[in-house]
Amino acid sequence: MNRLKIIEEWIFKIISFIAAYSVVLILLYLLLVVFKKGIGALSWEIILSMPEGGYYFGGDGGILNAIVGSFYLSVGATFLAVIIGLPAALFINVQLIRLKRTQNTIRFFLDALWGIPSIVYGAFGFAVMLLLGLNASLLAGIITVALLITPILVRAFDEVLKTIPVELQEASFSLGSTKTETALKVLLKQGLAGFITALLLAFGRGIGDAASVLFTAGFTDNIPVTFDEPVATLPLSIFFQLSSPIEEVRQRAYAAAVVLTIIILIISVSARILSKRYSKNSIK
Amino acid sequence: MNKKRKIADILVNIWMRIGLYLLLSIPVFIVIGLFWKAGPLLKSQSLANLLFSSRWSPMKGEFGFLPFIFSSAYVTVLAFLLSAPLCLFAAIYLTQFSKQRLLNFMLPVIDILAGIPSVVYGVWGILVIVPLVSDGIAPFFGTSSSGYSLLAGGTVLAVMCIPYMLNMLIEVFHTIPVGMKEASLSLGATSWEMVKHVILRKGFPGIISAFGLGISKAFGETIAVLMVVGNTLNISLSPLKPGYPLPALIANNYGEMMSIPDYDSALMFAALLLFVVILIINLFFRYFIHKGEKV
Repeated sequence: MNRLKIIEEWIFKIISFIAAYSVVLILLYLLLVVFKKGIGALSWEIILSMPEGGYYFGGDGGILNAIVGSFYLSVGATFLAVIIGLPAALFINVQLIRLKRTQNTIRFFLDALWGIPSIVYGAFGFAVMLLLGLNASLLAGIITVALLITPILVRAFDEVLKTIPVELQEASFSLGSTKTETALKVLLKQGLAGFITALLLAFGRGIGDAASVLFTAGFTDNIPVTFDEPVATLPLSIFFQLSSPIEEVRQRAYAAAVVLTIIILIISVSARILSKRYSKNSIK
Repeated sequence: MNKKRKIADILVNIWMRIGLYLLLSIPVFIVIGLFWKAGPLLKSQSLANLLFSSRWSPMKGEFGFLPFIFSSAYVTVLAFLLSAPLCLFAAIYLTQFSKQRLLNFMLPVIDILAGIPSVVYGVWGILVIVPLVSDGIAPFFGTSSSGYSLLAGGTVLAVMCIPYMLNMLIEVFHTIPVGMKEASLSLGATSWEMVKHVILRKGFPGIISAFGLGISKAFGETIAVLMVVGNTLNISLSPLKPGYPLPALIANNYGEMMSIPDYDSALMFAALLLFVVILIINLFFRYFIHKGEKV
């Protein structure tokens, strides 16, 4: 073996080693900075109280309106996404099981939809709102976020469904069950772990997304009671407070960022744990 | 078969079909909706004028999108240059050189980081990158900068793209058959030579697709960039100057657009432009991946 080869080998090994660890370090550093800055400002008052008068000029209060608002919005949107997405994902894997080409084309389009930026959904949601004569409201926000997360939910669920052996479906058909029964009692049961993961993934995306709700959900200091009231969201609350010139308000934005990050971390970790637990019983 | 089961079957079948068709019609509706809203502007001005004019003053009815397109392209390219080599080498290290244990630890971490909302990346950008640019990088080059700059936007985007691209690259490298690697090694190749001649060559379409999808993600990212890029009209090559990417334009001006004629059309046109560009990029690179999966 000549020397040059060995030198080249070492150089590239070192480069890739550095690359891998710097990626890890950058991402850890990011979390560290956000947490360090936010933990100091975080208090139970911020999490558990509503903004009071003069809140955005440094007055008392907290971001409970945004936390609850985000949950309302995301739960509603996930619910809508399940109503449309669950049957669609099952349809792709039961009715179209023999049509590999159609399946692949549909997956291809859904993948492409996944990449559409949320600001486009936001603008589109706004156009629809104008068309229907809606104001910026919880309902408009839910519809827009649902548009954003449905492709994600379907594709994530579908990834799991497509690994379920065809023989399982054939066994179910041979026992005389209808396609619906096969879809709901065999595929959904087998893919439950994947479904939960997909659900939480979509839910997390819904909570964290800001651009799509910027014009459709509005912003308010109250918790909405009906669907046609505007709703505050956590990402927008961070965004607005951070653009304030008052230091105290910005501190709260950092605290809110920690709250949002913790919520997202809890969602993704529990998605992993739940999917492990439920996949124990499924047939491989 | 009794009647009840049959009816249930038909009903659920209809529901499933409706769900799927609704889903697949989303992009069609988006195009129609945005095109309809952008219509007034497209009627009064030529497409070439909209895309290549740099005069932007909505009050006078001048809508040249060039500065925005330029800023968008600038931060995207910057983000790509910063993140792509890092991701490529990191993916090579994690899949080829390191122990399996490290990869098993890294995969969930990358996944979780990919789910962190963009507004959090924006907060990080304001806390770290903006001061770094204004107090560190700009004085070093003998100029001054507020820190809210194209460079800051590109850097934050690069960090956002890392988990996303790394994930795809690792998947690409996993699809390469182990037998091929072993064959190469058994012929006396060093592990880097194996990577160079087998992994990079065989994974080439996948690598290009991962990069392409990373670019399209960076191009459409809104909030994180909006927070650090400065949002000032500007066409200059200096990365220390502020910029104003397309998504930021849409997000920033929704409040006041109603009072100025054609302004809302212009913003819808910007959204349409983003949608079309990103959809084309996505379809193109996804096609690569789907081709690759079949073989």
